[in-house]
Amino acid sequence: MNMPLYVSPEQLMKDRADYARKGIGRGRSAVACTYVDGVLLCAENPSNTLRKVSEIYDRIGFMGVGKYNEFDQLRVAGVRHADLKGYSFSREDVDARWLANQYAQTLGQYFTHEMKPLEVELLVAEISQEVGQDRMFHLLYDGTVMDTTTHVVIGGEADVIGVRLSELWQEGLPMGEAVRIAVKSLAGDERVLVPDDLEVAVLARDGGRRAFRRIEGEELGQLIGD
Amino acid sequence: MTLPLFAPNEDPGPDFVALLDRLGLSIPGPQLPVSEGISHGTTVVAIRTARGVVMAGDRRATSGHLISHRSIEKVFPADRLSGIAIAGAAGPAMEMVRLFQLQLEHYEKVEGVPLSLEGKANQLSQMLRGNLTAAMQGLGVLPLFAGWDERQERGRLFQYDITGGRYEERDHASTGSGSLHASTVIKLRYEASISEDSALDLAIEALFEAADEDSATGGPDPIRGIYPVLASIGSNGFVRLEEEEVASRTAELLEHLGERGTR
Repeated sequence: MNMPLYVSPEQLMKDRADYARKGIGRGRSAVACTYVDGVLLCAENPSNTLRKVSEIYDRIGFMGVGKYNEFDQLRVAGVRHADLKGYSFSREDVDARWLANQYAQTLGQYFTHEMKPLEVELLVAEISQEVGQDRMFHLLYDGTVMDTTTHVVIGGEADVIGVRLSELWQEGLPMGEAVRIAVKSLAGDERVLVPDDLEVAVLARDGGRRAFRRIEGEELGQLIGD
Repeated sequence: MTLPLFAPNEDPGPDFVALLDRLGLSIPGPQLPVSEGISHGTTVVAIRTARGVVMAGDRRATSGHLISHRSIEKVFPADRLSGIAIAGAAGPAMEMVRLFQLQLEHYEKVEGVPLSLEGKANQLSQMLRGNLTAAMQGLGVLPLFAGWDERQERGRLFQYDITGGRYEERDHASTGSGSLHASTVIKLRYEASISEDSALDLAIEALFEAADEDSATGGPDPIRGIYPVLASIGSNGFVRLEEEEVASRTAELLEHLGERGTR
């Protein structure tokens, strides 16, 4: 008689988590922080076409790290979900908390029920009309959600970069300063990041209905070239 | 409503209308003719200028012989670099504008780049074709589409019929019940490379003359402060004119017509 192979639930979950973390750790990290006029999203990304940072809705931005095809699929699903909700109800009814919950459910579902967990970490950011009310939701591969109103790092090296960012970040930074500290935190002491290694965007309070705006090329060069 | 995830072979792509179909959320057209009690929007015009396009529309909606709205708007931004103006059944027309705006934005977000102007014009054509059954039941929509073509670096404008037929016009276009009068005025005054400033005045005059001859087109109403909606589209995007500016331009036109002794 064959004995069924027993794996304890603890071990199973640990193996899955290790697998996901390993996948995420292979890619570069990304940071998000609030500044005086909104939220800055800054990712280390050597590609100019495969985006990590993108627009979801009027006041909502998205950032993903890990396996590209997986977070991009989630990004598109987020855009669809937000546009559907805005179309059925009204544009004001679309908010980041609700979107983050949807992402959390999907990630949790994959983590416990599918063949393999999704090797991604996501960030959903939303700006508010008032300063200090901006929200950022950090989602892990297993569906864990954490929210913050100040600054956050996603990706494999989140701990190290997070320490650097916490030292540099403070409330009410102007945009240029926020970009510089984000890049500095990502780079660390040994490396220098140039505009081609970066993907930067803001959700700006003064940007009209669609708050998302990319900062690239010359503008980015001038900001980090001090 | 859960997160809409699709298998690769069922993915609707960057098409919002296809997404609605896929999820069973699109609204079917009417089964029977619905011709009574429907509001109709009337006259809209578009003129190509040296630096883009000018669009304008009157503010009246009629229901049979009655005026149903005095201050309806018929000129809207479609996205950053294009605009849409509508005539025809007001309800379906507004819905089409909303869906068209969303379609363009949805494509841009999913794909990461905006559609070409040509692509936007074709999208609208497809939407009209989708509305054909409704149009045959009395809910026809007749839009004008105009925008700045970033590849060709010039303004372009398109006229449509209810079957989705798409006709690019070179210099100017108009649609709706007063379009015959409006386009005559524009035709007589139009010159190649007309300045934006003159085109705005010309559009106001065209709508004024259309309102003078066509009962379904609304003229300027200084008592209530209702004036046509005007917008200019150039490389800097869709810009709607301030109400005060339209008011002062209209006042100038009326003064000029008075001097000329128009009755």
